[in-house]
Amino acid sequence: MVTTMLAARVSLSPSRVGAVINRNVGALRSGPSYWLVLVSGFFEPLLYLLSIGIGVGALVGPITLPGGRVIEYAEFVAPAMLAVSAMSGALSETTFNFFFKMKYSKTFEAILATPVKPFEIALGELSWALVRSSVYTGAFLVVMVALGLTSPGWALAALPATLLVGLAFGGVGMAISTLMRGWQDFDMLTTGQFALFLFSGTFSPVQDYPPAMEVLVAATPLFHAVELVRGLAIGELGWSLLGNAAYLLAMGAAGLVFAARRIQRTLCV
Amino acid sequence: MAHPTVAVLERHLHLYRRLWRASVFSSFILPVLFLISIGIGVGGYVGQIQGVDYLAWIVPGVMASTAFQMAIGESTYSVLGDFKWVRAYHAMRATPVEIHDMVAGWMLYILLRVEIAAVVFLGVTGLFGALHSPWAAVTPLIAALVAVAAAAPVTAFAASIDNDSYFALLFRFFMIPSTLFAGVFFPVDQLPPVILPLAWLSPLWHGVELSRAATLGVAPPWPAAVHVGCLALFAVAGLAWAMAAFRKRLQD
Amino acid sequence: MIYARGLIKRFGDFTAVDGIDLDVAPGEAFGFLGPNGAGKSSTMRMISCVSMPTAGELRILGMDPVREGPRIRARLGVCPQLDNLDPDLNVRENLTTYARYFGLSKSEARSRAQNLLEFVQLQEKATSTVEPLSGGMKRRLTIARSLINNPDLVLLDEPTTGLDPQARHLLWERLFRLKQQGTTLVLTTHYMDEAEQLCDRLVVMDGGRIAAEGSPRSLIETHSTPEVVELRFTDEVDYTGKLEGIGRVDPLPDRILLYTDDGDAAVNEVHRRGLTPSSVLVRRSSLEDVFLQLTGRTLVD
Repeated sequence: MVTTMLAARVSLSPSRVGAVINRNVGALRSGPSYWLVLVSGFFEPLLYLLSIGIGVGALVGPITLPGGRVIEYAEFVAPAMLAVSAMSGALSETTFNFFFKMKYSKTFEAILATPVKPFEIALGELSWALVRSSVYTGAFLVVMVALGLTSPGWALAALPATLLVGLAFGGVGMAISTLMRGWQDFDMLTTGQFALFLFSGTFSPVQDYPPAMEVLVAATPLFHAVELVRGLAIGELGWSLLGNAAYLLAMGAAGLVFAARRIQRTLCV
Repeated sequence: MAHPTVAVLERHLHLYRRLWRASVFSSFILPVLFLISIGIGVGGYVGQIQGVDYLAWIVPGVMASTAFQMAIGESTYSVLGDFKWVRAYHAMRATPVEIHDMVAGWMLYILLRVEIAAVVFLGVTGLFGALHSPWAAVTPLIAALVAVAAAAPVTAFAASIDNDSYFALLFRFFMIPSTLFAGVFFPVDQLPPVILPLAWLSPLWHGVELSRAATLGVAPPWPAAVHVGCLALFAVAGLAWAMAAFRKRLQD
Repeated sequence: MIYARGLIKRFGDFTAVDGIDLDVAPGEAFGFLGPNGAGKSSTMRMISCVSMPTAGELRILGMDPVREGPRIRARLGVCPQLDNLDPDLNVRENLTTYARYFGLSKSEARSRAQNLLEFVQLQEKATSTVEPLSGGMKRRLTIARSLINNPDLVLLDEPTTGLDPQARHLLWERLFRLKQQGTTLVLTTHYMDEAEQLCDRLVVMDGGRIAAEGSPRSLIETHSTPEVVELRFTDEVDYTGKLEGIGRVDPLPDRILLYTDDGDAAVNEVHRRGLTPSSVLVRRSSLEDVFLQLTGRTLVD
């Protein structure tokens, strides 16, 4: 996988990747509705933070971490919502929009008629998804600092972690999109996304889950994203964070390469 | 002789027979997952609220909000689609089916969907031991009222617009905030005083309070008749708006 | 079946139908002929009790469409210009579901659907979804659907627009059979051949008004000559003067029309005058000529 990626990199043209991103920026400017929908995506995790983190948090009181440290419930939930916003920002761009461009508007077919290569399309799309995701997470971090849920320093430390989360879900999102048969398959995706959202140590520590479920959850991506982002945002560092980061990196890279291959196979015949 | 309203309902049910699999998650599984994650997971840290377990406290809220979300979700793309892409209502318009049959048939369909989900949910939560009063039996009726109060205006909205990206905004700026801040997960008196009146304006809040009063066997914060009245007002105004919107759309 | 006096439909400042009178008798096949925007569809929508007249008097099947819309619609069959079949239902279900809107029992709906599928020759497609059907098949299905209530009056809005010639002929054949069974047909079209094929009587509409009315034959006799000669010249010279006296001369951008009682004699006269057109066509006069005569414009542009 890694060698394929390197091989592809050698002849990669930054300007061509840039051109793919540029098309998306152009699409952004073309209508007010896409803008509004894009911006509104930021509010969803924020509303959850305010409702569950702060509203329910007032009922919960402080929460004890496995290490013994005691933090406010809102401090516990906020980094999870941050990870979720990185995930959903990247996924909405690489699933619905990507699928539409690949299957319906034939955007990729048109791009491939030019010197742009499939891997460059995948990389361009992923970069664009990362832009969207980091706009969400950047804004969310500002809110967290303003609410006193993290310090400016730890917020800066968490920012690259959210990029990694965006990369991981963006890559896998594209890979999934290339496998989708039709819109009805998106129901399954939404289902999976929501199950992850509810059970990735987001609202309560995974240590509370039954042991079998804890093992299962530890295999899923949002769990690693939440662990990594939470560790950095609340300054609870440990070697396990490297494991979380490695998981996300591998996931993003695999998704990217797979997506590029599928574009090649479905559209370059 | 089948009544035209029944014929319209039949058409929607006929289509649902094809598409029901996709709705299993949102109608039945999602609310239960929510209960497990928030009710049991977070509830373990909450302890008692208003004298009961957190799980028992949020069950009626999740039930009302499921009815609310289903009613809204169903009344968006399907309604717009039947005007814009399928033109099913235009086809009905050429028959003895009248505007009120179209709206009534659609509302009956939503009610049927919501009632099935509500009854299943009631059974599941009964097994969890989260129902504390025989009054819980009336919650499906409250869910029905919430469903019409939410579905009627959203149906009217969907019949008036031409671009489906408004729905994403409706979900994010109306449906999700309502669900999160209408007393489903925490009491609304915790809300800042400036925001509290917004919760009163949401049909969901009235439904949540009525359902909670029913499953816990306590009195709702306002007299029950006032809550019912507010929901009925939403429903009646929404139905009138929906009829006007259908009539306008089918006239051109 | 239809009685209208001074019928007017306005949309804001725009007058789509500008005071028309109509009488359609039972068993008749009646047509509205005119270009796009002539007011045909607006008139049809008023007749099908979907849109209300702005002014004037309209009675359908002896009833008032404003007060008795549902009762009238129960006895109408409507085939709209845009197909609005249900893509999530199969061919048969499209018919049975529609039948239920008329209050037919389920068994009645099924048996009528079966007969109509045979009538429009779609019985092999009964369980297919709508989407893969050809344009002609979809239109046949829409027509079958419009017949599900055994209507007294069938309204067809541009029934063959967008169909290939073969599909059109099949459709005409089915509609002709319907007419023979005594069903009253009202259709709009901007094809003169369709109007000539199907209509006993028609009105030519232009700019929301009725420009002429009669049987296809009588319209041609009144407003045109029996034969028309079409002449084309390769050069840009104005031949109007040189052709004077042979017949009524009508210069079009790409050709010159000569209206005459005897086409061959006219052609001989053209040659005798030493003119050498690049092509000559003698044909019978058509509704197209009537329309050109009445409005100064061609029907299909």
